[in-house]
Amino acid sequence: MWEIKFSGFGGQGIVRCALITGAAVALHDDKFATMTQSFGPEARGGACQSQLIISDSRVLYPYCTTPGVLIALSQEAYDTYEPGLAVGGILIIEADLVKPKGDSERVELYSIPATRFAEELGNRLFANLVVLGFFTAITGAVSPEAMKKALPGLVPDRFLSANIKALDKGYQHGVEAVSRKTGAVH
Amino acid sequence: MDGDHALAEGALAAGCRFFAGYPITPSTETAERFAERCPEVGGLFIQMEDEIASITANVGAVWGGQKVMTVTSGPGFSLMMETFGLACMMETPMVVADVQRTGPSTGLPTLTAQQDMMQVRWGSHGDYRIIALVPDSPQECFDLTIEAFNLAEIYRVPVFIMTDETVGHMHEKVVIPPAEDIRIVERNWYMGPKEDYRPYDFNGRTAAPMVKAGDGYRFHTTGLTHDERGYPALTPDMNKQVVTHLIEKIESNADKIIRTEEDGIQGADVVVVSYGISSRIAIRAIQQARNAGIKVGMLRLITVWPFCETKIRNLARNVKAIVVPELNYGQVVLEIERCAAGQCRVISVNSCGGAVHDPEEILAAIKEGANQ
Amino acid sequence: MKGAEPAPEYSTDDKAFREQNPMAEFLRMERMPHIWCPGCGIGTVVTCFVEAIKASGYDRDKIAVVSGIGCSGRVAGYVKFDSFHTTHGRAIPFATGLKLANPELKVVVISGDGDLASIGGNHLIHAARRNMDLMVICINNFTYGMTGGQVTPTTPTTANASTTPHGNYETPFSLPFLADASGATFVARWTALHAHNMTQTFGKALKHRGFAFIEVIAPCTTLYQRRNKLGDGLDAMDYYKENADIQHGADTRSVGISFQGDIALGKFVERQKPTFLDAVNDHYMKVLGDSYQLYGKTTAELQKEAEERARLSASKEAEILECGADD
Repeated sequence: MWEIKFSGFGGQGIVRCALITGAAVALHDDKFATMTQSFGPEARGGACQSQLIISDSRVLYPYCTTPGVLIALSQEAYDTYEPGLAVGGILIIEADLVKPKGDSERVELYSIPATRFAEELGNRLFANLVVLGFFTAITGAVSPEAMKKALPGLVPDRFLSANIKALDKGYQHGVEAVSRKTGAVH
Repeated sequence: MDGDHALAEGALAAGCRFFAGYPITPSTETAERFAERCPEVGGLFIQMEDEIASITANVGAVWGGQKVMTVTSGPGFSLMMETFGLACMMETPMVVADVQRTGPSTGLPTLTAQQDMMQVRWGSHGDYRIIALVPDSPQECFDLTIEAFNLAEIYRVPVFIMTDETVGHMHEKVVIPPAEDIRIVERNWYMGPKEDYRPYDFNGRTAAPMVKAGDGYRFHTTGLTHDERGYPALTPDMNKQVVTHLIEKIESNADKIIRTEEDGIQGADVVVVSYGISSRIAIRAIQQARNAGIKVGMLRLITVWPFCETKIRNLARNVKAIVVPELNYGQVVLEIERCAAGQCRVISVNSCGGAVHDPEEILAAIKEGANQ
Repeated sequence: MKGAEPAPEYSTDDKAFREQNPMAEFLRMERMPHIWCPGCGIGTVVTCFVEAIKASGYDRDKIAVVSGIGCSGRVAGYVKFDSFHTTHGRAIPFATGLKLANPELKVVVISGDGDLASIGGNHLIHAARRNMDLMVICINNFTYGMTGGQVTPTTPTTANASTTPHGNYETPFSLPFLADASGATFVARWTALHAHNMTQTFGKALKHRGFAFIEVIAPCTTLYQRRNKLGDGLDAMDYYKENADIQHGADTRSVGISFQGDIALGKFVERQKPTFLDAVNDHYMKVLGDSYQLYGKTTAELQKEAEERARLSASKEAEILECGADD
């Protein structure tokens, strides 16, 4: 079972990230997924988090108890949720938006300049898909094929190919990061 | 699909093609979904000027022959109260979903609650009965909406889906069966001679068949106390007949209406009685309690109103304690205390402020109940 | 005088009276006598409305009357059409749902000034804005009659009411102006004295597609007249006769009524605009084309479609059977 927390501020596509991942595992990876969310009254800029539980059987309790994966796309989200991340858990941060408090070795830290990558692809709105690709490669909680299958309908049609490119870009970067990390360990 | 969207899909699957609504967080997504889907299915969505207009237009549309639904949340639910009374009095079948959020007043609009559970039962003035169902997942939002339409048609009564922000915004896989596999109860249309038609039959068991405006019956109906013809009849005797019928047509069929889900109640020392999202939170606590060797069962109320009185009475005789977690300051627990009538302990586990329970709170209550 | 002509015979027997009454086809005679006071203007409006329907040749089965609460709210209970007596102020949204659920209906709202302009004011302006295909008759007697003569949003300034015992200090709505400004496509006003004109206007409004608003100034003899020392019903008729002036096409900005002041009458507004439902269907057909499933088809149209589908599927089945025979 995976307990995953996506966090950042409104407008970054946090909820969309969880939604895509949830749809991918539930509809295309043949697992069960439950996604919940909380947000403030603001449409943009407020604190925002979404929780995703992935399981081989029906999800009963719909929330994270101790998340094993935290995606933090803002400093505030990092400060708030990092202490709750499980020991040995996976922490994914936006390299340019989050300054981690030293490497505590308590968790596995992965950092990606998703916004910069997205800008290189033409629009920084694709940053969330870059993060998702990165997340997919690092965690293996969901298959990259399922992620791609889940995109139509969850991203605007006219941006579908751009979003797939962003996903690929993040995935590639994730594969490299993992091999660097395993290389460093062994 | 999230719970809000599943409500709209359930309505469409049940044959609802009319939806007058007014946006309010966290129920708006249902109205949006319905508005989006209408042009594909020959339905009509109209965004009215307020919730009072929405619910009233829906009542009007029922008498024009449609199956109708609307959704709202706390503040809008309060505004609709008077018309719920009208719908009950006119015996109008309709479905209303309340995606509950934290009150009172504007409260915490984006956070979850189960604070309207008593309001749905008592909120409109006067004596009447309604039916209220509580889904615990997007799938149940879909399934129970269809069931709500069926119950509404059978008993000619407003049926409420008392969901909450968490389930409304929770995304899970929702399986929509092929249309032929869905059981749908159509309106009981009157078939007899025109001159014999009576909109009402105060028999206390069943609802009279209906007709729609424009079919040549030239009938009348009113929110005033009325006779079988729907004509005002302002006498205490008539009022007694009408009110008794409104109550008895639900109460006498309660066994047929009520649905619950049980797990491990046989031989349990403690039973957690809960509904909706609270019951899913409670599952975690129940698992932990069982791991700790406590004999604990679970009773989930899918139908909250009418209330499963007999079940609670029997339960109270056989357990040490009933634990009732709710996302409010203690509402349905009052009904449980009434039915338990001192036969066992009833422990209320409140949660206010827009957050769901920490399962530890429920676990503590289970332990407290078991140790007695 | 020709003594040979026999006087018409009316039975004094209640049952026979009800059956023989020329209005028996249009009124629920079994509910007579009605609750309205002697000299009240509501009965005149009901008579004119029924006369207009008679003259129009409209199918009585396709007319629905919706009322709110109050003296005028009781109209729905006396007319022999599909009729609905709803809650206070909500006749218009109820009628909106009824009309949209069954667009074949001609839905008429008959209610009072307190019901339509005060508690139901928001619904009035929005139905007008949408050009909802409704006919709304507002019987304006400047007061809440059923609850004992309180001030309403149309009570003229200085007039006495039970909740303004020293005279009204508020500014009233001019309802034709409000309806016009909100988007109504047919706006008229008469008084209870102008029965003939009222009937004719009702007839025109019945034929109008869109939101038709007709205000009828009517006396409340028991409360408004008495409280303001204005005499009885006949005195009210005198006032209407002396002070009312027909001004068809008048600018609705100029038709406000001051206490016992002049009353402008006539049809002020008549314009063509798509109704709400026309707008829905036109818009979706434009935007979505053939994939749009038209809302609001008539029973006949739906039946025809169902038959067509049945015919098609039958012919398909026949084809399949034929194919099967070939195998």
